Amino acid sequence: MNTFSPFTLSSLSFLGPELVLLSVGILLIVVDLFFENRLLLPWLTAAGTLVSLVLLFNSPSGIVFGYMYVVDAYSVFFKMVCLVGVLFTVLLSERYLTTEKLRHGEYYSLLVFSTVGMMAMVSGGDLIVVYLGLELMALSVYCLVGLLKQDSRSNEASLKYFLMGAFSTGLLLYGISLIYGLTGTTDLSMLSQRVVSLDLINNHAFLVGLGLVLVAFCFKVAAAPFHMWAPDVYEGAPSSITAFMAVAPKAAAFAVLGRVLIMGFADVHIHWGPIIAFLAVLTMAIGNIAAIAQKSLKRMLAYSSIAHAGYALLGILAGNNEGLSATMNYLFIYAFMNMGAFAILILLCDNKRRGEQLDDYRGLAKTNPLVAALMLVFLFSLVGLPPTAGFIGKFYLLVAAIHAGYIVTVVAAMIFSVISAYYYLRVVRYMYFENAVQETAAVSISPGMTAALVLAMIGMIGMATFPGPILSFAGKSLIGF
Amino acid sequence: MLSKFIFLYCALVIVITGILAVRFRNPVHSVLAVLVLFFHMAGLYLLLNAEFLAAIQIIVYAGAILVLYLFVLFLVNIRQEIKTERFVANHNISKFISFLVFLILIAVTQSFRLGTPGKWTTDAIRQATHTKALGIEIFTSYILPFEIIALILLVAVVGGILLAKQDKQEVVMAQKEGSGSLTRGGKK
Amino acid sequence: MQILILLVQIAILVGVVLLHVAYATYFERKIIGHMQVRMGPMLVGWHGLLQPIADGIKSFFKEDIIPEQADKPLFLAAPIICLVSMMVSLAVLPFAKGWALADINIGLLFIFAMSSLASYGIILAGWASNSKYTLLGGMRSMAQVISYEISLGLSLVGVMMLSGSLNLTQIVEAQGSSFTGMYIFTQPVAFFVFFVAMLAETNRVPFDLPEAETELVSGYCTEYSGMRYAMFFMAEYIGMFVMASIGVVCFLGGWNGPFNVPFFPPIWFILKVYLIMFVFIWIRATLPRYRYDQLMTIGWKLLIPLALGNIFFTGLVKIVIN
Repeated sequence: MNTFSPFTLSSLSFLGPELVLLSVGILLIVVDLFFENRLLLPWLTAAGTLVSLVLLFNSPSGIVFGYMYVVDAYSVFFKMVCLVGVLFTVLLSERYLTTEKLRHGEYYSLLVFSTVGMMAMVSGGDLIVVYLGLELMALSVYCLVGLLKQDSRSNEASLKYFLMGAFSTGLLLYGISLIYGLTGTTDLSMLSQRVVSLDLINNHAFLVGLGLVLVAFCFKVAAAPFHMWAPDVYEGAPSSITAFMAVAPKAAAFAVLGRVLIMGFADVHIHWGPIIAFLAVLTMAIGNIAAIAQKSLKRMLAYSSIAHAGYALLGILAGNNEGLSATMNYLFIYAFMNMGAFAILILLCDNKRRGEQLDDYRGLAKTNPLVAALMLVFLFSLVGLPPTAGFIGKFYLLVAAIHAGYIVTVVAAMIFSVISAYYYLRVVRYMYFENAVQETAAVSISPGMTAALVLAMIGMIGMATFPGPILSFAGKSLIGF
Repeated sequence: MLSKFIFLYCALVIVITGILAVRFRNPVHSVLAVLVLFFHMAGLYLLLNAEFLAAIQIIVYAGAILVLYLFVLFLVNIRQEIKTERFVANHNISKFISFLVFLILIAVTQSFRLGTPGKWTTDAIRQATHTKALGIEIFTSYILPFEIIALILLVAVVGGILLAKQDKQEVVMAQKEGSGSLTRGGKK
Repeated sequence: MQILILLVQIAILVGVVLLHVAYATYFERKIIGHMQVRMGPMLVGWHGLLQPIADGIKSFFKEDIIPEQADKPLFLAAPIICLVSMMVSLAVLPFAKGWALADINIGLLFIFAMSSLASYGIILAGWASNSKYTLLGGMRSMAQVISYEISLGLSLVGVMMLSGSLNLTQIVEAQGSSFTGMYIFTQPVAFFVFFVAMLAETNRVPFDLPEAETELVSGYCTEYSGMRYAMFFMAEYIGMFVMASIGVVCFLGGWNGPFNVPFFPPIWFILKVYLIMFVFIWIRATLPRYRYDQLMTIGWKLLIPLALGNIFFTGLVKIVIN
């Protein structure tokens, strides 16, 4: 029969960044086995991530493995966001794991494997590759969430995430199988042609299939009403993993949403547009309002990350390049500000306190003025106050949504932004205008933590003052779409 | 005609055993209902000339995975169902929504039209034998997904061991408490 | 008409195999007897030749006891599952060229599927009897079968790669009729792995932990009596026969022999199967039982890596030759 093989050794050169990460992941398991020195692992991972990041910008672009794997500027952008997320996580983990007495070397390799999964998702030109990338990412994260084995919250989070994740995977597969049955292909570029040529735009079975795929990805980005798992999982997971989950897997899921909806099913925009608009408003509403009631900063950040998923949906909603590039830009900025906030949270976590409760932040400005000042910047940015990077991100999102004609949604987004100011700034009030309840020890800083904070600050300031390069990069990457 | 009849029989049994698996009080009986379900699924594969899949379905799912389920059940040895309160206070809403989704999924099958078939029609598969057709596809067009699956299995192994393995300090603590069963280096 | 012929063939096959089972027990008792410098069964018939018949009649008329606390439907179904799945495997065995009831494309996989189903019979018997001995026996069997099925399957992958088929007839034909064509010479490692795994799959000594008389009072079938016990017994011997046949088909050149026998072509096949069964019994008379952790160590740390290495090596050689 057919002996045509799309695989040649040269197609591996397109996979450079993934292969580097993969070998680092396997190397980590071996190193963990033979070397006692725990500090070797985070730095090895960080180095691997950096090499992968460098390779990312020096790899050729093209479509390899038949049509399965698309290496284009769009995927490079999202891979960059994911890699930055991992880099931050690794830098944060270096100290966090010693305070939590987590001594598993597999922690880092699972982190790396999950990143490989995200990269496969982002580059997937076929629904099967997207699905498998998603599984690879999710499976690693399920394990990472449950790593605090002594802590029942962590166990609960892992189990909950696993069960809900498995359920959403089922929905995704059911949706994909419907779409496959109707079109006879899982190739995304072929799909968009077949949708038109077979006149499926108003076919109910097709729309249900698309809806199921949409539900599954809304679950992954924790958009309401599929967000139920997020607060518990984010709270129970080790803090470094929470930070990771809020940034990298979410970015990857958004990348797939963008690719599937705007590349695969742009012609069906009339159907999915209003649904996304509704979901976006609902997500912002639930995220922001529920965050007000939280006593724990970690849980509050969990709800805030739900709300931010709602903002990011605005760009997808627009359904055009302008919107998508705004979303990309926002996710990149969000990576820095969210990682910064989590860095502070982890910094304050030591043997005596967990740094998770809002009360831990009372009077922080007096005991640790520098830490408080950094937190202030990250929180301002999360609110989206004008001089900060967060403002720039949000601004472009709203503009894109207005241009696409979703005025009501934009108004709602602005109202919820104002509401969000309340709970972010409450933390600021605790830090600056209240007195410490108890004597707080000086925070101990580590090289990884310093690097993470410096990196976050550089990112924030860079994006706030020169947003041009990233914006044009995001915009340019969509030209081929 | 005959194949239609066989399909209906298999589909009916799959649905019934699926429901039974959820409804049985005894978990071992549930597992056996699933076993019957897997066999009829293999029957469906045979109907599609997918004999390799049918055999693998039985070897892997029935022969390995379900046996592991039984193993766990035996170790836990639950003869009675454990009853807890519902996690969701208002489960009627969930029931309603599920029923609605069910209705929608049934309703849309009306508008289902078969898409453009690929090159592997049933006749082509019969000619090449299913095992060969599958092998060719997996190792040429689908080599990348195949490799990703290999990676997923690696992660599953690493993650499984990571979560199930006892930490060294846990073992030490357990020994201090005088638990004799853990004296062999924490092996489970 | 075709169906009628097929039914007659099935009846003949089942009859012959059941007779074989009966005399395999006799064979075993005689051989072990002589190896231990005893005579074995001598009383019923000339040199005890009618002993298996007497045993069969006895177990048929024995009382069928069902424990009060047993899970009745499963308790009754377990021996039937065991026997049926073993018997179904017989259908795909090619006793000679054209002498297979069903010459299907995935014959080898079919046998694996059925042998994994047979383990359900043992597991359920262990659980449904509601006794600690049987439960332990069932659990041991479960762990053992899962572990060794992997190496059994992997060991045969080498054979599949060389013959390029899963069809048992084609595997035999791929080996050719010459003596040196037998895969035991090209796949010696695979044969070793297969042989050890085969012993474990059929719960034979030295891997007979599921029924270890001395510690578990014959394990999973402790609570069974009469005909149901005999069914397990038959299933075990048919299992031995099937596994030995697979060994003959995959490694010893199947029905091919030094010269063709007219009228009864399967003669070489049967002789080879009996050779392997003799080794089975020989091992039983010679070796002590392994400890449970040793069993697991051999399975996971020795056989599986060996089989995987064999697959890798076979693939490499195939590439180099092509």
